[in-house]
Amino acid sequence: MKDFLLVFRTDYSTMPKASPEEMQASTKRWMDWIGGIAAQNKLVDRGNRLVPSGKIVKADNVIADGPYTEIKESIVGYSLVKANSVEEASELAKGCPILRIGGNVEVREISVL
Amino acid sequence: MLLFRGSDVYQPGQSPDALEALKEKMIHWLTDLSEKGVHVASEPLETTGKQVSGSRKTVTNGPFGEAKEVIGGCTIVQVRDMNEALEIAKGCPILESNASIEVRPIQKM
Amino acid sequence: MDQTELIPHLFRTEYRKIVSVLSKLFGIEHIEIAEDIVSDTFLVASELWGLKGLPENPTAWLYTVAKNKTKDYLKRNTLFAQNISKAIKYDAATSEEIEVDLSIKNINDSQLAMIFVVCHPCNPAEAQIGLALNLLCGFGVDEIASAFLTNNKVIYKRLQRAKEKLRTEKIEIEQPTLSDIDNRLSAVLMTLYLLFNEGYYSSNHDVTLCKDLCFEAMRLAYLLVENEQTSKPSANALLSLMCFQSSRFDSRQNQNGEIVLYQDQDTDLWDQELINKGEYFLNRASQGTKISKYHLEAGIACCHTMKADTNEKWEYVLQLYNQLLLIEYSPIAALNRTYALAKVNGKKEAIMEAEKINLVGNHLYHSLLGELYTDVDNTKAISHFQNALDLAKSTADKAVISNRILGCEQKKKT
Repeated sequence: MKDFLLVFRTDYSTMPKASPEEMQASTKRWMDWIGGIAAQNKLVDRGNRLVPSGKIVKADNVIADGPYTEIKESIVGYSLVKANSVEEASELAKGCPILRIGGNVEVREISVL
Repeated sequence: MLLFRGSDVYQPGQSPDALEALKEKMIHWLTDLSEKGVHVASEPLETTGKQVSGSRKTVTNGPFGEAKEVIGGCTIVQVRDMNEALEIAKGCPILESNASIEVRPIQKM
Repeated sequence: MDQTELIPHLFRTEYRKIVSVLSKLFGIEHIEIAEDIVSDTFLVASELWGLKGLPENPTAWLYTVAKNKTKDYLKRNTLFAQNISKAIKYDAATSEEIEVDLSIKNINDSQLAMIFVVCHPCNPAEAQIGLALNLLCGFGVDEIASAFLTNNKVIYKRLQRAKEKLRTEKIEIEQPTLSDIDNRLSAVLMTLYLLFNEGYYSSNHDVTLCKDLCFEAMRLAYLLVENEQTSKPSANALLSLMCFQSSRFDSRQNQNGEIVLYQDQDTDLWDQELINKGEYFLNRASQGTKISKYHLEAGIACCHTMKADTNEKWEYVLQLYNQLLLIEYSPIAALNRTYALAKVNGKKEAIMEAEKINLVGNHLYHSLLGELYTDVDNTKAISHFQNALDLAKSTADKAVISNRILGCEQKKKT
């Protein structure tokens, strides 16, 4: 089995402001999805959510405000899973709640050095 | 979290020597971070990938974004604040290859 | 308690106390001498009390005799005495006797130190459990062999090897330092957890023996919880878990020795006092910021003390299993989680998730799918139960599964 990084992206500006009940429901959906992967023994690291702000560092040491704004979708978080192929890892990604709110999941294999 | 984007070395057709040289420098940089006790994890990524999007969960090929946006890898460090993280990012050898580094704090739950 | 019960009972409780004190005194190389002295003491006790009846204070009697035998041994083996006395700064010139301190404080301190020695990670888990039963619970080789459904030779060798390992690693019989306690404690808790499970999930027919294993594990966990330095949240959580689970011990088997499943258990046979204790320790465990897998398992066990099938309860159980799997994967947790998922989100979704788990060599996997397919697709249910039947090892498990198959076949007819 190989390790894969799942990168969750969505457009922060279109993310609806959630009520406490909606946040609770959303948390449950994430936990159920991650729990399901863990139950298949395919979870490597539940990962993290990222704070919406940040910075960009470039070679000439210019520091701009982040998150990376040249595309409208920002990275909101990541998780690590294991699978036999990128297709299998993509299957796991299909259950991700971010897809319901117009977001997407990038699936990338981690290099073995 | 430090996300490395758009490095020249991620482009196809790069000389293997250039790749090796950068790898050496990155390993030095990471070892240094480990010794300072700030390194948490690093994940170098393969250049291929897939994207899953939409409520229909369509799967498309390739990593996300245009060349300058493609993520090549990431490193997680544990430091006191954003300024310290930025100092670390400024010292990363990947900047020499036209890459940019997105620095994002991890949300505490 | 009449005389025939008293001696074995005393043996169990006092054996570990005196052995711990003497082992601490003599050091790891001479544990066997400690064991011999204590065994001798109990031999004398059973002979003398059998003839003359019980003394007024049996415990004090045992302590006095053990002390005297120790002093005799030290007198006869002065070289030995000098060697151990180096450790306690004994001055041979003043010919003071080495005190055998059987005060409550020293007994507790010694037992605690022994728990850490016995559960030292230099030995494999099954050796640790064997040592715990032998040195801390007063179980003989026969009893341990019986508990593990193996023979005396195997157990004897296992214990010898384990003691030898402790000697070669020169493990000190002392409580770990404050900074070390967290590390060492998790090894100890794991061993006690495994010991408890040996009793709780055993397919051994001797129910009393199984119950004894559980209660011994609980007594040792209680030692940890009683001591301020080792009473960490995780230790309290483990004890809580053990209380909740053992509260149902009597209802798990009927008079014919058949397994009674949770949903069919007679709640009147559940021990309410143990349930209350479980809640008490769970409360203590919730102080502090660290959550261990024992917290989550205790939380789940607590939910199961309420038989009512509410959506709320199962939702809570599902979330606890999600968190548990994030800390540590285990096939049982994965399967139980799926069962909770069925209760919350319905069987169809649970079936999809279950099939992804795909533990085809595991009889519990097939039992779960059989359960989920019942009333949804009884043919598939029977097929899975059949697989479970083929894979199951114990006659008790097979009986339960066969019943299930009959139930499904009935449903197919109607």
